[in-house]
Amino acid sequence: MSGAPLLEVVDLARHFPIRNAVGRRTGWLRAVDGVSLVVWPRETLGLVGESGCGKSTLGKTVMGIYPPTAGEIRFGGREIGRLPRRERRSVARDLQYVYQDPGASLDPRWKIGRSLHEPLQIHTTLSRSERQAEVEAILRMVGLPDAHLDLYPHELSGGQQRRVGLARILMLRPELVILDEPTSGLDVSVQASVLKLFRRLQETFALTYLFISHDLAVVRAMCRRVAVMYLGKIVEVADAAALFEDPRHPYTRILLAAVPRIGGPRVTADVALDGEPPNPRDVPTGCRFRTRCPLAEARCAAEEPALRAAAGRLVACHFA
Amino acid sequence: MPDLLSVTDLSVEFATDRGVARVLDRISLSVAAGEVVGLVGESGCGKTTLGRTILGILPGSARIRSGAVRFKGRDLLELDPVAVNDEVRGRAITFIPQDPWSSLSPLFTVGTQIMELMKWKSPRRDERWSRERWPALVRRYARDRRRADLDAVLDVLRAVQMPEPERALRRLPHEFSGGQRQRLMIAMALLPSPDLIIADEPTTALDVTIQAQILRLLRDLVKGRRVSVLFTTHDLATAYEICDRVVVMYAGQEMESAPTDAFFGGPAHPYTRKLLESLPSPDGDIRDIPGEVPSLIEPPPGCRFHPRCDYATAECGAGRPEARALGGEHRVRCYHPVGVA
Repeated sequence: MSGAPLLEVVDLARHFPIRNAVGRRTGWLRAVDGVSLVVWPRETLGLVGESGCGKSTLGKTVMGIYPPTAGEIRFGGREIGRLPRRERRSVARDLQYVYQDPGASLDPRWKIGRSLHEPLQIHTTLSRSERQAEVEAILRMVGLPDAHLDLYPHELSGGQQRRVGLARILMLRPELVILDEPTSGLDVSVQASVLKLFRRLQETFALTYLFISHDLAVVRAMCRRVAVMYLGKIVEVADAAALFEDPRHPYTRILLAAVPRIGGPRVTADVALDGEPPNPRDVPTGCRFRTRCPLAEARCAAEEPALRAAAGRLVACHFA
Repeated sequence: MPDLLSVTDLSVEFATDRGVARVLDRISLSVAAGEVVGLVGESGCGKTTLGRTILGILPGSARIRSGAVRFKGRDLLELDPVAVNDEVRGRAITFIPQDPWSSLSPLFTVGTQIMELMKWKSPRRDERWSRERWPALVRRYARDRRRADLDAVLDVLRAVQMPEPERALRRLPHEFSGGQRQRLMIAMALLPSPDLIIADEPTTALDVTIQAQILRLLRDLVKGRRVSVLFTTHDLATAYEICDRVVVMYAGQEMESAPTDAFFGGPAHPYTRKLLESLPSPDGDIRDIPGEVPSLIEPPPGCRFHPRCDYATAECGAGRPEARALGGEHRVRCYHPVGVA
């Protein structure tokens, strides 16, 4: 990729205090614990992992919903992790976060038109007619007719609400869009149209996506590069093709082997995926995956492997 | 092989504020003894309603318009509801829910809840008790049966690989992880020694590595005990993993039914083909199905998929095609099956 990265995260950590019944802190939940990654302009970076691995916390910390505990977030070369509120707001335009169901964030008592005008009223100085033109243009881009501007959210189907939610996010022409589990709970045919829409919007608006998902098949179809997280750490970052064809980290291998594939061998016939992820309040010493890892040795408990370059990618394992 | 369960021409309607929703439209399907049948379809296709009709737990707004649900030769829709409750629901047919949270009380230990289930649904329960006039609350749980039931519970908990079964019984539901709670639900579905388990998307809420463990466990257990399963899912790959045969539903109608390998190897219904094509492919190709799922209040006449179908002709809108056999167990309800002369 050419030029400078759009987003650069360096040793980012976000810890949550664990409190007992009387409010005294009894420990830390290290949801994100020393994560570094870069996102290049106009690419789609996939962020995968199982529930509780910290992928949503990472997205929300980048977005500024949670202040970081440590580390840096550089957006377009500028450190944004510790900006005062007012300055942070100017960054908010260029950075948008899409929740699982963007339709659910529409105010049920507002007509669609009003919901779409609001971000422009807050962040721009456009006149009413200029705003209207912009709203209509973007609504057409997400595949909805102008007539929908006068409807209330409950008059639209779930899929249409989702499109309106996306239109609202695009109103300010952001550069980076963080998509948090954008297809979970969707039927496959609806999922296909939503993914197609994401692709078309990316081309039209030159968007960069951070695509957070637990669905590996979707990530493989959508992303050029993929980062795999386990218990608050990134364990492997690679080009999608390389990662899916030749995973190097033992966790990535187990994760990919567990995905059922039509036409492939039955996953259920294959053993070697025992155990569950440990509690993130109480992470193992050394490599966090060692408690479930088939390759684990004494060294893994003593030394935490760093994320290092190997086999044309970054991987955090002593044996990669 | 005689069918354990056969549903014929079942139509179910729901009264709603906006009119009558025709949720199931003359559905027919069967499950043989020991067979794992996948019921696949998108949300709103009626797969959950079908499961609820078989269990006899439809909400009050539902009406059964026509059809029969034959289970071991008897029509459950005609049977005395008391007999269904005593002998069938929770005994011969059990249920695994999608979300174990809604099936376990947060206030009682898992042991209390499992023993309560066993008090009523244990295979060792004496049938004479059920007709007794004592109210349910004060009926006794004979001590020797309780002891035998407890042994059975511990056996099944070991079979579902629950760590430390004795301790597990003294714990509350929130102390278990999602995967372990689903193991508990599988144990509870197996305990009454059923002939048929209706599993409603049992792995949808789980992570992939846990899903693989649970699918393997479920398949081993039901095959070992020759229990049939009607496995509802919207995830085609999960159906491929675990099922012997797959039935695909669309908007309340069954479209195609075939053994798993024939189903994924040579789907004949245009909807099945479109559905399989809409799965994200490794090379990044994404194809959707144009149009939207129809409203069930005013569904299209005839085959309900015809407004979105590339092969549709006038007859598709005039009447619903009868099932057509394509060799083996492969059946398709379409006038223009793909790849068939």
